[in-house]
Amino acid sequence: MGAAILQLRSELQARFDAPFGIAKRSEQRHLATGIEAIDRLIGGGVPCGTLTEICGAESSGRTALMFALLSESTRRGECCAWIDAAGVFDPTSAAEVGADLERVLWVDCGGNAEHALKSADLLIQAGGFGLVVLDLADTPARDARRISLASWFRLRHAAERTGAALVAVERETHARSCSALRIGMKRKQPVWVGKLLRGLALRAESDKHYRVQTAEFVAVR
Amino acid sequence: MYACLHGPGNLPLLVECARGFSPHIEENPPDSAIFDARGLEALHGPPAALAAEIERRVGVKVNIAIAPNPDAALHAARGIAGITVIETGKEAAALARLPVNLLSAAFHNSEVAESLHLWGIRTFGEFAKLPPLGVAARLGDEGVELQRLARGEGYRRLRPIEDPLEFEAELELEYPVDLLEPLAFVMARLLKEICERLAARALATNEIRLNLTLENAPVHATSLKLPVPMLDQKAFLRMLQLDLSGRPPVEPVVKVHMAAEPVKPRRMQQGLFMPSSPEPEKLELTVARVRHLVGAGRVGSPEILNTHRPDGFAMRAFAPDVLRGSVGVSSVAAAPELPRLCLRRFRPPRYAQVLVVNRQPVRVMSPSVSGRVAMAKGPWRTSGEWWRDDRWNRDEWDVALDSGGVYRIYQENDSGRWFVEGSYD
Repeated sequence: MGAAILQLRSELQARFDAPFGIAKRSEQRHLATGIEAIDRLIGGGVPCGTLTEICGAESSGRTALMFALLSESTRRGECCAWIDAAGVFDPTSAAEVGADLERVLWVDCGGNAEHALKSADLLIQAGGFGLVVLDLADTPARDARRISLASWFRLRHAAERTGAALVAVERETHARSCSALRIGMKRKQPVWVGKLLRGLALRAESDKHYRVQTAEFVAVR
Repeated sequence: MYACLHGPGNLPLLVECARGFSPHIEENPPDSAIFDARGLEALHGPPAALAAEIERRVGVKVNIAIAPNPDAALHAARGIAGITVIETGKEAAALARLPVNLLSAAFHNSEVAESLHLWGIRTFGEFAKLPPLGVAARLGDEGVELQRLARGEGYRRLRPIEDPLEFEAELELEYPVDLLEPLAFVMARLLKEICERLAARALATNEIRLNLTLENAPVHATSLKLPVPMLDQKAFLRMLQLDLSGRPPVEPVVKVHMAAEPVKPRRMQQGLFMPSSPEPEKLELTVARVRHLVGAGRVGSPEILNTHRPDGFAMRAFAPDVLRGSVGVSSVAAAPELPRLCLRRFRPPRYAQVLVVNRQPVRVMSPSVSGRVAMAKGPWRTSGEWWRDDRWNRDEWDVALDSGGVYRIYQENDSGRWFVEGSYD
């Protein structure tokens, strides 16, 4: 038995470089969000070449965080794709945050989650995008849950190959083990000043390496 | 050597025949064409054999002359019937018997013609024999130039005709085609032809127009507009296929016409430390696929319009500066110091029933957004473009529901109906 394993091992070693060694992962690039508390929480920014999930209920600051990331990425010269399953992307808000809309490819899927998934696959496979956002936050939960783990794995694999930062915005986590990082967003309370809504106090949680860490910030109007 | 073909009323035929020998052709209206025959010896043999080949190809009776310079060839073809071959150094002798009025078009209107007529000069030979100094003194520069032509001396270059930059191809089908797959073969052939012609001139294209003549319906026209110049035949074909599969012709196709807009190719030198960007050819094809999937007008870069209208934007083709060839970082305004609250805009706005007490909304009811209002701030009145049918006039409120969501709702002042415009997130 032992001899057979040794023989198999030697044959594989002749054909492949290091079949039993531990492959070294090159140093991972991060895209900073520009929100200091969040960047500190997730170790410098959203990792490139993998899948990150941003989850949270309505008015929990998911879009504020994503637009900040979009703004930082486009300002650094990256081309970004925003696949909008429900067609809720607001260009005016994005421009106010400082995003260079000329570098944003917006795909309005008009409420079709399947089209959103296919579009994300096509765009990420095309390569050249620094950031690809798959916005499923307003997709009905039953449609989002229908996305199979194999699809998520395929997207993550494509992100690894092209080096793009793939970010899925959702109500709850769907990619599970396929995502390398999950940021949970929670609203604390709206901030009212006089007759104005001045902002939202928000809380972000990251459960990286099974250790839950939190950060708090206020998104203002 | 230069060859000249002369035949009254046959200029297009002569030019077409000359194209078979050389790309450098000079038209001499109304009835002569000259082409550069240098280097054709290896292909057709000596000048006499070349002249015979020209005569064979042209197919009608014309005068053909081959001479060391374009003017000598032109004069010989205009004045001597049949085939004439003039060797180098024998131009003056060959042209000596030609009437002097063949010299040039300018000659007929000049005073030189009148002077020569009065002096009794009737042929090229007689004019050529006049002393050059005397000609210069009496006839000036024009006379000297004409005498040089009469001797068969010419130093000018050919003035080749410029082909119009039209890149078009068409094919009439033997039988009507109603399937896209066989049509793709036809389009591929036309695209190949156009792309080869563009490549030969070191050009690319940013627009391809396709016109399909249908059996019993108007022409089916489609246009492929590209944000950057490209010359990828396969990508063009795939994009046209995607376009046609989304909007197929209603009747069988009997004729295919294709035209490309020629532009200078894209030259791009990116910075070493700039982030990578999508390959334009690949990206264009990917965008076409996504457009085919989600529909036209739903893919692109949003551009904020100069208006106060809520959600005023237009969808433009995705063509960032890095794809167009300019290198540099973004030139937008600095990012705000604090994170900004953003709106998720429902399209179309969701109709809602709102319970109002003391002019304050206290309850919102709509299929997706519903609950008791915990806090409401407003109203903020906004209106505009009252002269248009799609004017807006409304009162906006920011409301926090007891479920936790914060929304922007508004009431249309014209109709009194309430809508949820979006959620703050």
